[in-house]
Amino acid sequence: MKRSYRARNKTIPLLTTVSPVAIWLILLVAAPLLYVLFLSFLSTDGYNVVFLFTLDNYKNLFNPTYLEIYANSFLIAFFTTAICILVGYPFAYHMARAGKRKKTVMMVMLMVPFWTNSLIRLNGWKTLLGKTGFVNTFLQNLGIIREPVEILYTRGAVLLGMVYILIPYMILPLFASIDKLDHSFLEASNDLGANKVKTFLHVTLPLTFAGIFSGSIMIFIPSLGYFFVSDIMGGGKSQLIGNLIETQFKAGNNWPFGASLSMMLIFLILIMVTVYKKSGGDMEDLGVM
Amino acid sequence: MEERKAIVEIKNVNKIFGENHVVHDLDLTIYKGEFLTMLGPSGCGKTTILRMIGGFEEPTGGQILVEGERVEDKEPFERNVNTVFQSYALFPHMNIWNNVAYGLKMKKVKKEEISRQVAEMLQLVRLNGFEKRYPSQLSGGQKQRVAIARALINRPKVLLLDEPLGALDLKLRKEMQLELKNLQKKLGITFVYVTHDQEEALTMSDRIAVMNQGYLDQLDTPERVYEKPATKFVADFIGESNIFEATISHMTGDTASIGLEVGNALCLLEKGVSYSLSEMVYACVRPEKVLFSAGEAEGFNIKGVVKEQIYVGNIIKSNIIIANGQMVILSRLDIDEVPKVGEAVNIYWNPDDVVLMKSRGYQIHHVIENASLGGD
Amino acid sequence: MRSRQKKIGRILSSIYSYLVYLFLYLPIFIIILFSFNTSERNIVFEGFTFEWYLKLFDNGVLLNAYGNTLFVGFISTVIATVIGTLASYGMSKYKFKGKGIIDILLYIPVVIPEIVLGISLLAIFNLSNIPMGLTSLIIAHATFSIPFVVFTVNARLAGFDRSVEEAAMDLGAGRIKTFFTVTLPIILPGVISGAFLAFTLSVDDIIISFFTTGPGSNTFPLKVMELTKTGVAPDVYALTTIVFIVTVAVTFITQRDKKKPIKG
Repeated sequence: MKRSYRARNKTIPLLTTVSPVAIWLILLVAAPLLYVLFLSFLSTDGYNVVFLFTLDNYKNLFNPTYLEIYANSFLIAFFTTAICILVGYPFAYHMARAGKRKKTVMMVMLMVPFWTNSLIRLNGWKTLLGKTGFVNTFLQNLGIIREPVEILYTRGAVLLGMVYILIPYMILPLFASIDKLDHSFLEASNDLGANKVKTFLHVTLPLTFAGIFSGSIMIFIPSLGYFFVSDIMGGGKSQLIGNLIETQFKAGNNWPFGASLSMMLIFLILIMVTVYKKSGGDMEDLGVM
Repeated sequence: MEERKAIVEIKNVNKIFGENHVVHDLDLTIYKGEFLTMLGPSGCGKTTILRMIGGFEEPTGGQILVEGERVEDKEPFERNVNTVFQSYALFPHMNIWNNVAYGLKMKKVKKEEISRQVAEMLQLVRLNGFEKRYPSQLSGGQKQRVAIARALINRPKVLLLDEPLGALDLKLRKEMQLELKNLQKKLGITFVYVTHDQEEALTMSDRIAVMNQGYLDQLDTPERVYEKPATKFVADFIGESNIFEATISHMTGDTASIGLEVGNALCLLEKGVSYSLSEMVYACVRPEKVLFSAGEAEGFNIKGVVKEQIYVGNIIKSNIIIANGQMVILSRLDIDEVPKVGEAVNIYWNPDDVVLMKSRGYQIHHVIENASLGGD
Repeated sequence: MRSRQKKIGRILSSIYSYLVYLFLYLPIFIIILFSFNTSERNIVFEGFTFEWYLKLFDNGVLLNAYGNTLFVGFISTVIATVIGTLASYGMSKYKFKGKGIIDILLYIPVVIPEIVLGISLLAIFNLSNIPMGLTSLIIAHATFSIPFVVFTVNARLAGFDRSVEEAAMDLGAGRIKTFFTVTLPIILPGVISGAFLAFTLSVDDIIISFFTTGPGSNTFPLKVMELTKTGVAPDVYALTTIVFIVTVAVTFITQRDKKKPIKG
């Protein structure tokens, strides 16, 4: 019996610290997702959810119209990720090689645009890219084009918006992994006769792969769902999975189908995260901005 | 002689972390006002014992009493003992004054009284004038003193010190050793000191508890621990020793003739210990007690060749290799006579300079331990 | 030769990074510029005026939406910071059954697309009859903020020397006193940056708010989204400009303070 006194004294602090988060997460993360899973097997009468078991929502996922939307969505997600890597890597590399003070300044300058609402910033792009916008006027004045070209409301514009909103999520993990890189590795490689390009391909790139991977997850997944980017930049012409889900829950009022679409996304993410973890990725890297 | 009063009593204490049995059936009484050192290599359980007295670990079994009162169930803040941590554990966000005053603030002592006592404590550890500084602005030795002042201000019955000098350089260590010892004498507080440094233990302690893999191998004064090590481990760990495996071949009175692998030797039997013929023992001889001669001494025939000599200050150490390949160290002052390198010599010693140890000793614990765990 | 090459390389990479910043800041400059535009349509800059900054204060709907954003941001940040800090502290200190499950539940809001979290919260609010409005917004925002607070505080606790807590208890402080006088002050920078992150995420959130709001409780981003369809008026830009200048000023001041020697 002697141990019970102090054992009890550890139970109370454990409960006070951990039970709020446990209860919160169970009620507001686990339960909602399980409920959506449940919803995905129910039917609808056009207005309301009907408690009738069906697999139709999952069959419906393979409707050719939707397949086209998935293809479009994945294409945009893929190119967004690729462009973010290509643009972000040199920037992150430059930032990691800067002095301590300059690093802080560069980092803060990277974060400042975040504090202006992303919708507003996308509206800024709209002004820039419209038919009478800066870009068109500029090109016309230079004589490169005669008539204003359609830049806005294209897939390219959606892609630009995605890259614009998401690129910091690539730069930050890349910076973290390049910054961690021991400079002596590079010197050793140079010393062993590898030139700059070879050093980069054989040493730097493999060692910073973790950063590329976690950055890619942090970009690829949200870009499937950012329906507002496609709304603003694509004018609703370029549909994404996110738009499809949004429609089911708002205008379309087909919650069970929206639920099955969400489940498909979760399944996809589960695969990506599993691969990420299998290849030695750290989950916490995905949550640190 | 004054009556020695027990202040901490550890009774049959065991500590098990998962699969690790860290402290075995420990019985230890610490007396009021003494400087007791727990000595042993890392992982021997010494810090765990200290943490159990402090209240940071709970014994798996057994009792701990402070001033006759059982404390195993008490939280650290309910015990009248204080700890000086290995990493100092100073509060980084408080200045020195606030660090030292912390204990009194917790006791809700009046402000003026706190000020008076903090000033007194800082005076004691010679840090007056440092009140406004932060721990990060102090040197290692100064941090150490703050940690001591912070722990002492609560007037603990016992001060527990966990390798407090481990992070300091050699010169500062020596200074702090003296300072700590003087402080302890001046205040008359019981110190329980944990270290793996045998020299530190020998210079500072009233008594030393030598720990080996969770067992208390010996509890004695520094002189006795050095002169009469109780186990092979103690002999090996404290100072340099020549240890020979032997069997008892004759016993006449209090002297025994023992057979080594390479020859015979004489030694005095320990008083109060019973031996039997052909019993396995360890004979332990300190390097300065090893004698040499050209011819055989009576009762001895151990032959060796001087392989090399090393000068350590004014001491010459001769490494003598004997027939089974064992190295015997012989140390002499440089003004004494020493054998030449390459010379063949006979080794012997004064029978009462040998410490005879039962070869069971600590090993027997392990046999029992392994048996009780179902073997390894 | 080599040093010249290096120098050119450095200049090129500097130019490159300025171009990236230009890309990031260009729309913000446009917004600031058009907040001074005499024309109501944000297409061509026609002339300079302060008019919109005055008109802004007559636009009750817009100011109300911004007030909602700040209110939801503040309350959800407080909730997320308290729950997240306690969780991080408890989970790093104690071993217990079910810890792995809590860990997984913490990662879910971070890795799943916001839209999925948004619709599942909508569904559960709908099921449990929680009124859709500021309350549902606050709950939703706290939900996605908690993990970020936990991870940020975790990072701070990773470098925390537990023996400092033991020292406090050794000196007579109980568990709660120890937490408030020693642990919390030491991990405070982590808690503050966690809270800061939570607030930023809340104020900027569009997707989850979109699904979890109710009639009459628009947040600023949702109001902008609504306006985007009909055309954003320059007074929105004026408000954005004010907020931008305030955040830049706050950032500048906090960064300057950071340079002073830090105690402890």
